[in-house]
Amino acid sequence: MAETEFTRKIFGEALAEYGAIDTSVVVLTADVSSSVLTSYFAERFPERFYNVGIAEAGMIDTAVGLALGGMTPFANTFAALLLRAVEQIRSCAAYADTNVKIIGSYAGLSDFKDGPTHHSIMDIAVMRSMPNMAVIVPADSTEVRKMVPLVAQYPGPVYMRISRADMPVVFNDSHRVEIGKGVTVRDGKDVTIIANGHLVSRSIEATGLLKEKGIDARVIDMHTVKPLDMPLLRKCAEETGAIVTVEEHSIIGGLGSAVAEAISRDYPVPIEMVGIADKFAETAPDHDSLLDYYGMSVEDINAAVQRVLDRKERK
Amino acid sequence: MSPDAHSAELIEELRKISVELRTDALRMIYRRGQGHPGGALSAAEVIAALYFHHLRIKPEVPDWENRDRFILSKGHASAILYPALAKRGYFPVEELDTWGEIGGRIQGHPDRLKTPGIDMSAGCLGHGISIGAGLCLAARIKGLDYRSYVLLGDGECQSGIIWEGVMLAAKYGLSSLIVILDYNKVQLDGRVDEIMPLEPLREKWASFNWNIMEIDGHNMEEVLDSLDEACRSSDKPTVIIAHTVKGKGVSFMEGKAEWHGKAPSTDELEQAIKELTGNG
Repeated sequence: MAETEFTRKIFGEALAEYGAIDTSVVVLTADVSSSVLTSYFAERFPERFYNVGIAEAGMIDTAVGLALGGMTPFANTFAALLLRAVEQIRSCAAYADTNVKIIGSYAGLSDFKDGPTHHSIMDIAVMRSMPNMAVIVPADSTEVRKMVPLVAQYPGPVYMRISRADMPVVFNDSHRVEIGKGVTVRDGKDVTIIANGHLVSRSIEATGLLKEKGIDARVIDMHTVKPLDMPLLRKCAEETGAIVTVEEHSIIGGLGSAVAEAISRDYPVPIEMVGIADKFAETAPDHDSLLDYYGMSVEDINAAVQRVLDRKERK
Repeated sequence: MSPDAHSAELIEELRKISVELRTDALRMIYRRGQGHPGGALSAAEVIAALYFHHLRIKPEVPDWENRDRFILSKGHASAILYPALAKRGYFPVEELDTWGEIGGRIQGHPDRLKTPGIDMSAGCLGHGISIGAGLCLAARIKGLDYRSYVLLGDGECQSGIIWEGVMLAAKYGLSSLIVILDYNKVQLDGRVDEIMPLEPLREKWASFNWNIMEIDGHNMEEVLDSLDEACRSSDKPTVIIAHTVKGKGVSFMEGKAEWHGKAPSTDELEQAIKELTGNG
């Protein structure tokens, strides 16, 4: 098993640590601070922490007011529950272009035990369709930690996913992160696997098996779904001629859709998408088996690579 | 109600301004062929009192950090706010003619990014209290003493998010949050008490531990006194329940849901202006 880290804790600590440096940061939570671990910030800076109760819509609008007042609010709850506040996010964060940082924790299927009400498989589709909104899905705990200050300093509204899972370690501390710039994790010439979040590590794992079959796969960590790194995307399409997208999200509207929209216009190449089919998942004893069961296993990634290479050959 | 007596001259001046705002609003709605006359006319005295006397603002420095904030939570009443902003110098009065045009700065509903003097974009209902509360929390951290004023419609009190904000403002004791509830008793589809009753409204706010006043929202002295009184609250947010008449001042619009969102004809405009200005 790959080494893992307690991602939520690393996020919570990073937020508290950054809050010490940047006193404009305020944190809001809708009764889940001990789950999403904004409790670390609350302990250190109680005067800059607001627990609004189970009131997600009100939390977003309160954060908007704080942003209008010159603060840098981080509004935190489960990603699935943010769907309650979509109109607030659209009207008051995105349209009004306020400096609100929205953190969707327990994202994807990572709250495996609580079932489809708590799974978040459409958050990226909703958030990235909003003008002005940046959308970020970090690949591991290191990337989460390094993203926190960047998200705070990014001008305008940002949505960032945090997994409930202990994410496998992908990057070491020398990892350089920039919003809007994809990361080439592994170079390759036959096909590009564009992944984000928890599935970056699985995509890297897939390249080992592919290599045994003589397939040299490139892996991109596309942590920023919006704004999408178009120069990198075009380069990958040109150099490898085939793309597989891999994400812990519905295949409707997520990273795969974003890549397909861009590539179909810019440099069309065959694309296969790995993600959750257009259906709700179910409860499971653990996160990994849920990812496997719903079509995001290492084998599923390999099969998608095989399919896209067949299509590339036929061209 | 208040020890700060307002002079008869001030009251008369503001009353005149409220009439001007009403006629401006109706002319704008007529010219555009679009807009919401009913809820604009019901708020004229409140807007006149805020923008021409009560608010601490510097129109020449629209983004002054310690200015009082105003949020038109009932954003569809924009036609009564825009003339007030123009007359206070936030933008040229002639620009009111561009209301709703593509490429113009004066949007159908308020847009904080386009129109000088608009503190927050609005349009969808229910946002004002939570946003106003957030502004008050920011002031507390920054050590600023501005207040946040929110003009709320009665219909939007039917949305749950209003009460999320009401709870939050009470929890944090936001005495610098002042809500004026334009209780004109009529919403898009009909009478509020038929669509979804709000009564007992005063008791609702009281049970959430707010400071409450009830006034005649068309009586300028009561409007001014209640705003002063609200500023004396030391530990609670205030709601001023302003009893008003939808379409106030125009006989054929008063109390009529059909005038929530339609423009007058040429004859109707002429008749309305006559009634408002007393030149009948």
